[in-house]
Amino acid sequence: MTAPAIELKSINKRFGPVWANRDIDLKVMPGTVHGIVGENGAGKSTLMSILYGFYTADTGQILVNGQHINIQNSQQAIAAGIGMVHQHFMLVEPFTVLENVMLGMEGQGLLARAQSKARKALNEIASRYGLDIDPDAIVGDLPVGLQQRVEILKALYRGAKILILDEPTSVLTPQETGQLFNILESLRSQGVTVLLITHKLREIMAITNHVSVMRAGKMVAHRDTDRTNPEELAELMVGRKVLLKVDKRPACPGENRMTVNKVGYVDDRGVKRLKDISFSLRSGEILGVAGVTGNGQSELMKILTGALQPSTGSVSLETGAGVHVLKVGEWPDAGQMRDYGMGHVPEDRLQQGVVKSFDASENAILGYHNKEEYGSPLLKPENIVNATLELMEAYDVRPQLPSLKTANFSGGNQQKLVLAREMMKEPDILIIGQPTRGVDIGAIEFIHRNLIAARDKGAAVLLVSVELDEILSLADRIIVMNDGAITGEVVASETNETELGVLMTSTADADAPVFEDKGHSGKYEKKEEAAA
Amino acid sequence: MSQLAAVESPRWVRIGLIPLLQLVLALAVSSLVVLMIGEDPIRAFKIMIHGAISTEFGGLSNTLYYATNFIFTGLAVAVAFHAGLFNIGGEGQAYVAGLAVALVCLTLDSTLNVWFIAPLVVIGCAAFGALWGVIPGYLQAKRGSHIVVTTIMFNFIATALMSYALVVWISPLGGNSTDSRYWASDAVIPKVHELAPSLGFEASFSLLSPVLLVALACCALVWILIWRTRLGFAIRTVGSNPNAATYAGINANRVIIITMAISGALAGMMAFNEAYAAQGRLILNFTSGFGFMGIAVALMGRNHPFGIVLAALLFGALYQGGTELQFEIPSISPQMVLVIQGLVVFFTGALDRLIREPVEAVFQRRAIANANAAVAGGN
Repeated sequence: MTAPAIELKSINKRFGPVWANRDIDLKVMPGTVHGIVGENGAGKSTLMSILYGFYTADTGQILVNGQHINIQNSQQAIAAGIGMVHQHFMLVEPFTVLENVMLGMEGQGLLARAQSKARKALNEIASRYGLDIDPDAIVGDLPVGLQQRVEILKALYRGAKILILDEPTSVLTPQETGQLFNILESLRSQGVTVLLITHKLREIMAITNHVSVMRAGKMVAHRDTDRTNPEELAELMVGRKVLLKVDKRPACPGENRMTVNKVGYVDDRGVKRLKDISFSLRSGEILGVAGVTGNGQSELMKILTGALQPSTGSVSLETGAGVHVLKVGEWPDAGQMRDYGMGHVPEDRLQQGVVKSFDASENAILGYHNKEEYGSPLLKPENIVNATLELMEAYDVRPQLPSLKTANFSGGNQQKLVLAREMMKEPDILIIGQPTRGVDIGAIEFIHRNLIAARDKGAAVLLVSVELDEILSLADRIIVMNDGAITGEVVASETNETELGVLMTSTADADAPVFEDKGHSGKYEKKEEAAA
Repeated sequence: MSQLAAVESPRWVRIGLIPLLQLVLALAVSSLVVLMIGEDPIRAFKIMIHGAISTEFGGLSNTLYYATNFIFTGLAVAVAFHAGLFNIGGEGQAYVAGLAVALVCLTLDSTLNVWFIAPLVVIGCAAFGALWGVIPGYLQAKRGSHIVVTTIMFNFIATALMSYALVVWISPLGGNSTDSRYWASDAVIPKVHELAPSLGFEASFSLLSPVLLVALACCALVWILIWRTRLGFAIRTVGSNPNAATYAGINANRVIIITMAISGALAGMMAFNEAYAAQGRLILNFTSGFGFMGIAVALMGRNHPFGIVLAALLFGALYQGGTELQFEIPSISPQMVLVIQGLVVFFTGALDRLIREPVEAVFQRRAIANANAAVAGGN
């Protein structure tokens, strides 16, 4: 039997008290595409960083082609034949393709000879793997898909026989994704080993031979792709067989609170992130937004809460603060949105929801700091501390120390503080993203109960979550997003994960991703039908 | 990794032990310099310390006079820093504020006395300094021009502008070729040694004036601004996490412009002390590096008004002690004194992390170990 291209033996990596990787074992056979899936924070990126020499493992062994090697930095990884294509490209945009490919490998002082050598090698690699590209094109002028191709060429030019791709499709259009998968096909047929890091199960099913699942820093399962299915992988990723059942009465939706009308958003790179999103939200209901991460949910939340300007469309709000029609060009900021009666629990609390270096009490008023109850004209610390204690009491934030630095609270307690801040004001509209990300089970139930309570008090709740069971157990109606568009709307009590899974991967228009490869995707479809 | 960054070392380490270690290291290297020219470092430091704190020849007063300048420029850097802005234009902002001093004094010093002139000069200095700070602030907020580059450029513009103003407009009104005339003595805040007899004590000549009290009041105001006002809350949010600022509905661009106006106004106040009170006239290059020294003062003072007072005192003592040193040991040239001052700035400012990181890491490791024990003990 041939030795595995990569073998990892009991890799451990700790950051302070956090185990990023714990006893990781992994075997990747040569000439295969091996998928690694897991939720955000499961430890995929840390593991790949160890393999590529950005971090050093605390303990454990790395074997490449059966040889023990010691990877301390990325030069050693490259020397061992490992190449990496990062999620965010490491390219010099004003340079040509050729210059980018030979960067760091010029060899001597004068460039001319190195250039002609590199050009020859580049042509040879390009024709062998079917990676056509103009070596003299300026990288900054190329579309994202071709920039990624340059990254792959860079790795191959450095002699990579093992290619790590970190979330390679997150920046690609569906067509570019199809092209990338064709390239991976051809790399595999030429004997290159590919490690594909992703959380998109559809891609795993479409291209990989084997798949390994990580959860909370541990490797929880290895599967042959043709002997597993997305449902099983999802369960392995999340680690729960049972849905978290939440006690709730049927919703009694009241008047319309928010009407979203054909909202679209085009980002700086010219990629359409949102396409004509329309829906309405009524008081006393929870509307779930389901979808794989990165399909426009973040942009939608930011637009609805005033952190981002949409490119097209309008939104009308009917709350206790009156009727407001929001139009492109005169979009309110987050402070005004709060005045209109909106609460917002952001998806990423450390990025948006809190300032880590602030005291808990300062974060307890972030966004509401202009309210007079916190002192006027100067802020009164005792008012703020008392308000904070009230929030901490109501939402069981521990430790109950308003003066403690926010960074020193656990993730779950930070999240509870943010939830308390946004929900205790009893806003008419609540926009909530990933309410239980990084939160332990006990806190999850607590948070869920409070969301239902807010709904029953008449709040209109928009719940964005990548956790399907969270959406299924909390939401009354569910809209599903894929590739920036709404692909379907269902009633929560009449649907199931399978139906949602189909909607999450179906497309709203003709921009369908094209996987021109053999068998795999076909099998996936068949399984879906069988499961249904 | 993220854990390390999250845990802070105790306050006494951050504002006590680390600056002290930095100072000791700076003095150790300075000793080598003094030894190199064949003098006794212990004696040199004794002279410096005595020169800086003696009350006999106005040593302590002059230390406090220098500290007044450093407090203003240090506060200017600190306020901007809380908004994540590195204002290295304090020098130019103070210099241009000198123009306000000349404007007010040259037009009004024969008609109004100090009680009317001084408030006008304060307003003028703050306004001119603010203007010189707000333009880079505007360019940063609206055009994305980096504040470091624009404030440096504005220092050069200030130098050229002031040279022109002094030579062409101001000196013809009665001064030397590059200076203004002296302001009328009734219009200028008296110095401490002039006030002393009427207050019942004797003081030897120094440049110290009651402006020091204004500087200390500014410290209190800055503290209130940063930690007790909504604007300060917004400034700190923008400086620590711009995403959270957007999320909270804080207009970061507006905050940046306002912060630079405040920062520039504080730097401008240095002209109030130097060009109005201490020198009593406008001199070419009167800022003589005090503005730049504000960066080191703010760094060493950890951008906290109280720390800035301490750091300003230290740098004031270095300036005054250095002057004494030149008198006492002639073989130590003014340039040598600059070297010693430079070394202190170097170790406390530029090489801040050389000491800070290893020392903090020791305490952080201890804190994490404690935290781990606490986690193991129950969540």
